[in-house]
Amino acid sequence: MRLLPVAPSIVLLALFMVGPVVWAFYVSFTNTALTGRAARAPQWVGLDNYVDLFTDRAFPLSLLLTFVFVLGSAVIGQNLIGLGLAILMTRANRVVRAVVGTALVAAWVLPEIVAAFAAYAYFADDGTLNQLLAAIGIAGPNWLFDFPMLAVILANVWRGTAFSMLVYEAALNDVPPEITEAAIVDGAGGAKRLWWVTLPMIRSSIATNLMLITLQTLAVFTLIWVMTKGGPGMASSTLPVFAYQEAFKFQQIGYGSAIAVVMIVVGAIFSVGYIRMLRPERDT
Amino acid sequence: MNLASPRRAAASLARNLALVLIGLCFVVPLAWLVLASIDTSPSQRTEVPEGFTLANYQAVLTFDGTLLPLWNSTLLSTGTAIVTVLVAVLAAYPLSRYQSRFNKPYLYAILFGTCLPITAIMVPVYSLFVRLGYLDNLAAVTFFMAATSLPMAIWMMKNFMDSVPVSLEEAAWVDGASAMGTLRRIVVPLMRPGIAVVFIFVFIQAWGNFFVPFILLLSPAKQPAAVSIYSFFGQYGTVAYGELAAFSLLYSLPVIALYVLVSRGIGGSFALQGAVKG
Repeated sequence: MRLLPVAPSIVLLALFMVGPVVWAFYVSFTNTALTGRAARAPQWVGLDNYVDLFTDRAFPLSLLLTFVFVLGSAVIGQNLIGLGLAILMTRANRVVRAVVGTALVAAWVLPEIVAAFAAYAYFADDGTLNQLLAAIGIAGPNWLFDFPMLAVILANVWRGTAFSMLVYEAALNDVPPEITEAAIVDGAGGAKRLWWVTLPMIRSSIATNLMLITLQTLAVFTLIWVMTKGGPGMASSTLPVFAYQEAFKFQQIGYGSAIAVVMIVVGAIFSVGYIRMLRPERDT
Repeated sequence: MNLASPRRAAASLARNLALVLIGLCFVVPLAWLVLASIDTSPSQRTEVPEGFTLANYQAVLTFDGTLLPLWNSTLLSTGTAIVTVLVAVLAAYPLSRYQSRFNKPYLYAILFGTCLPITAIMVPVYSLFVRLGYLDNLAAVTFFMAATSLPMAIWMMKNFMDSVPVSLEEAAWVDGASAMGTLRRIVVPLMRPGIAVVFIFVFIQAWGNFFVPFILLLSPAKQPAAVSIYSFFGQYGTVAYGELAAFSLLYSLPVIALYVLVSRGIGGSFALQGAVKG
């Protein structure tokens, strides 16, 4: 009885979160389509969709692109730049910190679709980046067409770095100054201090942040969709874009669901790692 | 401190310069939005406007163009935030106050839910909505969006509630108040800042959500600004950049205002702590 207030949340979560996940597994074993006979009476096709996935050239490519996107824009880009910025920020002039902090956070606060428009205009053939390059005498390429992955990775770094920076700033502020001072007294230089003292102290923040931004980046759809529509061809179709195209453009819901299942499983693996770090029983 | 040694002063100058440079790189794409929206002849380039005009704003400020989509966004986001906060407060209370065998597995499930990439489940959600006849149904989409933000909201809410001392409630229980009565009269008023943070957090996410309404809401009259702004972008062969930028800024303003409110008023790191650190 005392648990009754939890009931509404269980109903909502069961219907709209657990339901779709179970449904995805089920549909991925059928040939469900949006139109035609397969839409009215979908048939059980067993592992066909998965066999197709792994024999299709498009899927391994999409998996690889997703990996490159997550590694490039989250693990390397947002994470390292965010850490670097946080370290610079803690020792910067107060005015600089306030102004630059606002500039960085602005890109993160904007709705994703607006950020995507801004990034599109920036990387467009006739856009700001090429305008800047032209100013120093370089004829820039058509970024969105010739280097679509680089463009979306940079755009995602631009949009997401502020989050990592905020997490690391908070973590760095929690490092007791006595410890850093002790290291200085012992004669440790800046780089050594960072590597042997500061980074180990904020280890858990780094792990949490990495896990969170990996999961977020794995799910990015809008940014890529607005900038390149996954193209040219398949050249920037990460898993969310690929699943969308298969399901809605080519109307293969069953096949799209199989891709969804792969994404859910990849997400689940990361989630387990993340949950092990947070462990709810520790704070009860 | 900078006077102490010239080497240190130089290092500090370099640090600040580096920050300013990075800040500039980050601000350029945003500057385009602002400049193009007031330019008489906007393009994809970032340039000083040839002439200042508010014509772009005037052009987009029509009922069908922006006002209806923004109203739809308001309905969708407010509805999502209200449902989420109500359900999350109810769910967080027993999780925070009673020990039970059920707590641990439920909290694990909640944490797992916060990690689930929503884009991954949109294909099955679409086919589920088709089956249930919920497609293009604003209420159903609101409840779906509430469900997707629930795990994070419950998690934050429980952490906020844990920091409300239980002794006040014990006094009320002794006086014969029911659990729901103490929740409503004692706990909720005490954790008002926490509730506000969760509300705004969910509202901002729903306001910015493009993918979910893009898939589930089909008729233009029901679509929120995030989707109609996209059709604005895709519809015409040559994009009207000035109007696109003007619409984008109008659409972003509420979110920016709410973010400033949270980070200034209620405490940014406090909000982040509830969400990130557990």
